[in-house]
Amino acid sequence: MTKERDYTDNELLSVLSARELKDGQVVFAGIGIPLLAACLAQRSHCPGLTILFEGGVIGASIEPGKLPPSTNDQRGARRANMVLGSSEVLLLMQRGYVDVGFMGGAQVDQYGNLNSSVVNARDGRREIRLPGSGGGNDIASLSNLIVAIKHEKRRFVEQVDFITSPGWLRGGETRNDGGLTHGGTLRVITDLAVFGFDPKLKRMTVDALNPDISINDVRDQTGFDLIVVRDLPVTKPPTGAELRVLRELDPDRMLLS
Amino acid sequence: MASMDGVRPYTELRDAVARRDRSLRSKTMSLADAADRVFDGESLGIGGSMMSRTPMAMLWQLMRARRKNLVCSRPIITSEGDLLLGSGMSRHVITSWFSQGIMWGVSKVMRHYVEKGLARYDEWSHLAIGMRWRAGAMGVPFMPTRTMLGSDVLTARGETHVMQCPFTGEQILLVPALNPNVAIIHVHRSDIYGNAQIDGLPFMDIDLAMAADRVILTTERIVSNDQIRRTPDQTKIPFFCVDAVVEVPYGSAPHECYGLYEPMMKHLQTFTDLVNDDPIEGMKAYLDRYVYGPASWMEFLELIGMDEVQEAVGRARDLQND
Repeated sequence: MTKERDYTDNELLSVLSARELKDGQVVFAGIGIPLLAACLAQRSHCPGLTILFEGGVIGASIEPGKLPPSTNDQRGARRANMVLGSSEVLLLMQRGYVDVGFMGGAQVDQYGNLNSSVVNARDGRREIRLPGSGGGNDIASLSNLIVAIKHEKRRFVEQVDFITSPGWLRGGETRNDGGLTHGGTLRVITDLAVFGFDPKLKRMTVDALNPDISINDVRDQTGFDLIVVRDLPVTKPPTGAELRVLRELDPDRMLLS
Repeated sequence: MASMDGVRPYTELRDAVARRDRSLRSKTMSLADAADRVFDGESLGIGGSMMSRTPMAMLWQLMRARRKNLVCSRPIITSEGDLLLGSGMSRHVITSWFSQGIMWGVSKVMRHYVEKGLARYDEWSHLAIGMRWRAGAMGVPFMPTRTMLGSDVLTARGETHVMQCPFTGEQILLVPALNPNVAIIHVHRSDIYGNAQIDGLPFMDIDLAMAADRVILTTERIVSNDQIRRTPDQTKIPFFCVDAVVEVPYGSAPHECYGLYEPMMKHLQTFTDLVNDDPIEGMKAYLDRYVYGPASWMEFLELIGMDEVQEAVGRARDLQND
C-alpha cells in the first residue's frame, strides 16, 4: 500500500459489502459488518431494501446512532414493518423469500464454508471453542450467501476446522449431493479483494482487487491456491458519500471498530 | 430424569399434561415457591433469546436454591449461560450460540467448562432449536427441515436423522422433539391464571410453553383478567399451560424487556470483566455479591443501582419516540 487512505479496513469492508446489494432485494443480515452494510445500502443505493433479522424482525430501518447490539433485541425492531417469532423469520428463508443472506465468520475456506464453532489451536493439541452457529448455519443452508470477513492467513484456510455454515462443501456438486439443493456462497468480500466461485469447481476465484492491493498481497494472506484471471479489475475506493453515511450510522464505532 | 438425547414417549407427554391441574385458579406465588417446582436433574427450557426477555429473576432464584444438573435449552445463550455453568446449576446446555454477547468476544467461562470437558454444549442451528421445540409443542416426535444438512453441526449431532422424503425422494433432516420438563418465561403482563401477554419479539417462547410439562411465568406486572380480555390478540400463552405466575418487576435485569428497559450495560461489563479475568474466582466473587448475597430481587436491583436501571428504562423509552 502506497497512498494514505482516509478509511479503515472495516469501513472498506462495509462499503464493498453494501455495493453487492441491489434495490428491491430481501436480505437476511447477521450482526457486525453485514448489518452495517445492509443499513448503508438501504440509506444509499437501495432505498427499497428489506432487511430481516433472526430475532424476528421484518423490514428493519435502523437509524443513525441507534444500531442494535445484536440481531435479537428490541433496538433492531424499532420502526420495522413487522415482528414475529424467530422460527417464523428463519422459515421465510426455507420457503424461499430471501434473496441474499449476509454474514461474517471466524474462518472461511476455498469452497466458501464458514467456521464459527471450534478452531484448532496453533499447537495443534487443543481446540478453542467459539460461540457457534446462531442463525449462521440456517442462513448458509437456505440462502444465497455473501460473506464479509477480515482477510488474514489464519482465517483464509484450505479447509475449515469445522463446517458451521456450509458453502459449497467439498466443491463440485457436493453441496447439492449433501441435500442443500438451493443457495450457496456467492461472494466473499474482504479488506483485500472481492471473491466469487468457479461455476463448476465451486472453488474460490479472485474477481476484483481492492484499491492499492496486489494479487501477491492477497496470496500472502491466503492459505490455499486461488483461481485468478488475467487483467483483474480494481474496485473503486469508498466515496465520500458512502463513508459519510456509514460514519453517521455508527458514530460510536460500535460495529466499525 | 431421562437424558434429553432421545424423544420422550408420546404417552409420557400426554400423561404429564393430564396430571396437571388445568383449572381456572390463581397461580400467583413467590419466586422461592416457584423455584421449589423445579427439581435437580430436570430439563429446563429458558425463554427469550440473547439479551432479551431472559427470565433472569427465576434463574437467579434457582441458583440461590442450589439447583443442580439441569439440562438447559435456549435459542441463544448469553451471560446467563455463564451463570448456569459457573454456579453448577447446569453441566449441559442445548443452544445455537453461547457467549456473553456480541461485544465481548468469546466467553472465558464457556471456554473453560466446554474445552476442559466439564460441561456439554450441544450446538444446533438456531432454526433447529426452534423446530425441536415446535415438534414438542405439536406433540409429534420430530420436525422435517432443510437446514443443517451437509455441515459439521449436523455431523456432531447423533440425535438427528437424515431421511429420504417418501413423497419427493429428497434428502430431508429430521430433528427430534424437545419437550423440557419445565419452561421458565418472562412476560410483560399476565393475569393471576397465567394468560400471558408479550410485547414485541416473541422469539420461540410460544412453542416452548406448549412443549414443556410445566410452565413458570415471571411477569413485569400482574393485571386483571378484564385487562387481558380487552386485548386478547396480545395474549400469547393460554392460562391452562401455565403452572406458576410470579410478579417480578425488572425480572429480566440486567438483560432487556421490550419497550420497558434495555440491557444494563455497565453491570454486564462488570460481570464480563470479572468472569473473563478469572472464570472461577471472578465467577465466585460475582455469585457471592450479586446472587447469594442479596436478601431479595429488589436488593439485587439496588446493587445494580437505581441510576443504571433508570438509564436502561430511559433508553427503551427513547427508542419509542419518533
